[in-house]
Amino acid sequence: MENNELIPHLFRTEYSKMVAVLCKAFGIEHISIAEDVVSDTFLLAVEMWGQKGLPKNPVAWLYFVAKNKSRDILRRQNIFDKKVKPALPKEEVDNEELYIDLSEKNITDSQLQMMFAICHPSISAEAQIGLALNILCGFGAEEIADAFLSNKETIYKRLARAKEKLKENNVPLELPSQTEIDNRLDVVLRTMYLLFNEGYYSASQNVTLRKDLCLEAMRLTYSLIENETTNTPAVNALMSIMCFHASRFEARMDSNGEIILYEDQDAALWSEELINKGKYYLEQSSHCDKSKVSKYHIEAAIAFYHTNQADTHDKWESILQLYNRLLQIEYSPIAALNRTYALSKANGKEEAIIEAEKLGLEDNHWYHLLLANLYTGINNSKTVTHLKKALNLSKTEAEKNFIEKKLQEITLIDA
Amino acid sequence: MKEFLLIFRRDFMTKEEQPSPEQIQKMMKPWQDWMGGLAAQNKLASSGNRLASDGRVVKSDKIVTDGPYVEIKEAIGGYIVVKANDLDEAAELAKGCPVLNIGGNVEVRGLVGMD
Repeated sequence: MENNELIPHLFRTEYSKMVAVLCKAFGIEHISIAEDVVSDTFLLAVEMWGQKGLPKNPVAWLYFVAKNKSRDILRRQNIFDKKVKPALPKEEVDNEELYIDLSEKNITDSQLQMMFAICHPSISAEAQIGLALNILCGFGAEEIADAFLSNKETIYKRLARAKEKLKENNVPLELPSQTEIDNRLDVVLRTMYLLFNEGYYSASQNVTLRKDLCLEAMRLTYSLIENETTNTPAVNALMSIMCFHASRFEARMDSNGEIILYEDQDAALWSEELINKGKYYLEQSSHCDKSKVSKYHIEAAIAFYHTNQADTHDKWESILQLYNRLLQIEYSPIAALNRTYALSKANGKEEAIIEAEKLGLEDNHWYHLLLANLYTGINNSKTVTHLKKALNLSKTEAEKNFIEKKLQEITLIDA
Repeated sequence: MKEFLLIFRRDFMTKEEQPSPEQIQKMMKPWQDWMGGLAAQNKLASSGNRLASDGRVVKSDKIVTDGPYVEIKEAIGGYIVVKANDLDEAAELAKGCPVLNIGGNVEVRGLVGMD
């Protein structure tokens, strides 16, 4: 790998580990110092490696430099403390030689603990995703702003506030106890799920960035599977959902970044490798008793049915029943809309239209797209009305293009 | 939004009349579709429970009888809790209940908090 590829690559893979392991040594209240040290280390790498060529072991070099920089900072901090706090007993100051454990195990553990710290119940869901992207995935404020369709300043402020919260609430950098882990893991899983969806359904036009978001969410979820204490059925179910969805990555958009609907996708472009991985994790997730069946299990099962494009009644009946169960576990507008689509396939369009109009989601452009679809062939003028409403409500270029194309098609049929 | 209990009553069935597992499977679909529809409107507060057919009634003199079938023709088959603005809306939601298709009825009652 060339220098100009290697450093961004290492930044992606090592940044979050380095921050986590330094935070473990400094305490999470000093997270900004840890981030500064790691950023400085990478800056130095750019400079030194460019001049003197690559070190023998670039990763080890990074950790070694970061460790030394941390030592310097802590030493300076000590001197400061000595001057302003003369009351401090001398031997305590002298003995405070910083120890940073760089073993593979400590690095992985620290990163896992960082996941739990960020996904602490005291931090808002929105802030958790921002922090996860920033600290766990090494995304900068600009990339996050791009993904959220926001501006850099807003994101920067949001991140700063969230980090302040970590400090204020004194969130510990540790794995929760075995009795607590299921509850805490719920929040971690929700954040990983949102992170993945942010990439998968993001309004951002930046396709590479979106794919990166999904891959990062999968990498972090995989790290939960690798750890014995966090390798629960629900984690495997979530991983299975991610694999099934990601398998369609190449098929769901054309070269212009325009959306290709599921039924119009070229199934030959679906990744068989990821579908098989999805099946594997679904299998793994099934080793649990009925009471532990989570919404991720049900969504994974739905995603599994979608790996077969055939439009059979049995398939849609199964999907409908899964959505019925999913909604009884947890309501979400997107599940309500998907359920109604499955209802139209299983019980017919007429019934689905009646049910759709009860959903009360008039401000949601997907709601109008669903009704436009259901009315097609039954009442095309209603289809046009709903497409126009959807067009007004949609936020991205890709969606607007897609809806305009649909409008043209339907007016051609009617003409 | 307030919460309302929907209680399903239907003709009492003896043990011999109980449906087979296949029949139950077939009977489940309208129920699941109805409850899924309520949940899709975000109006299902609890999926409630189905009740087993055998039971006991304990009277004030502490005499226990098999029941409740001896005195009444209809038995409670199950219940759910829905979210609605008022009793009328809750009753409207109850109109979709599959028990109505087999001659049963739905009792709609507001839940009163303990405080």
